Amino acid sequence: MAPAPVRYSQKGMATTPNNTAAAKQDSKQGFVYLPLIAGWLVPGAGHFLLGKWGRGTALAASIVGMFAVGIAMQGKLYSGAHDILDILGLAGDLGNGLLYVVSRVAGLGVDQVQVTTADYGTRFIVVAGLLNVIAAVDAHNLRTGRKA
Amino acid sequence: MTHFTAVLLFALFASVVFGITQRETPKRMLRYGIYCFVLFAGSAIVLSWVMFLIAR
Repeated sequence: MAPAPVRYSQKGMATTPNNTAAAKQDSKQGFVYLPLIAGWLVPGAGHFLLGKWGRGTALAASIVGMFAVGIAMQGKLYSGAHDILDILGLAGDLGNGLLYVVSRVAGLGVDQVQVTTADYGTRFIVVAGLLNVIAAVDAHNLRTGRKA
Repeated sequence: MTHFTAVLLFALFASVVFGITQRETPKRMLRYGIYCFVLFAGSAIVLSWVMFLIAR
């Protein structure tokens, strides 16, 4: 009895899609919260881990830039929780991740400067931290597939 | 640094992050980022004029 005619290319139809799916699966393996944590600690790092180099660079430049401008304006880094406003400010500052830790260790943002721009600088630092949290959550959404 | 320069820098940095995180395609990111920047800077200018006219 003659063998049945081949109606399709097994190589082309079976292996290539599986390889593509396997490659996607490889990029999705690992700790699911890694981009979230990395993005919080280092601005843009969560997107870098996912191969989103352009977005990560723009996010890092914006957040680090905003933080640096705040420090340059002699903004204050919150260090203690004396009242509710201090607690909120500290929470915002902690959103900067390692930027906050490094700046505290370097002794930046500790002086109480009585100039208007220093108050603006303090807000810049807090908002940079909040924007970094948004960026880290965005990296997490990319990792889980909630966002394309 | 003037106050207005600080406003523009704030608007620029925040708009970049908002644009990238709140939209999915590059074109829509750019449009939303520009939209946010215009709203930030425009509202600051309008409120400044309002306060100026109130204080007269």
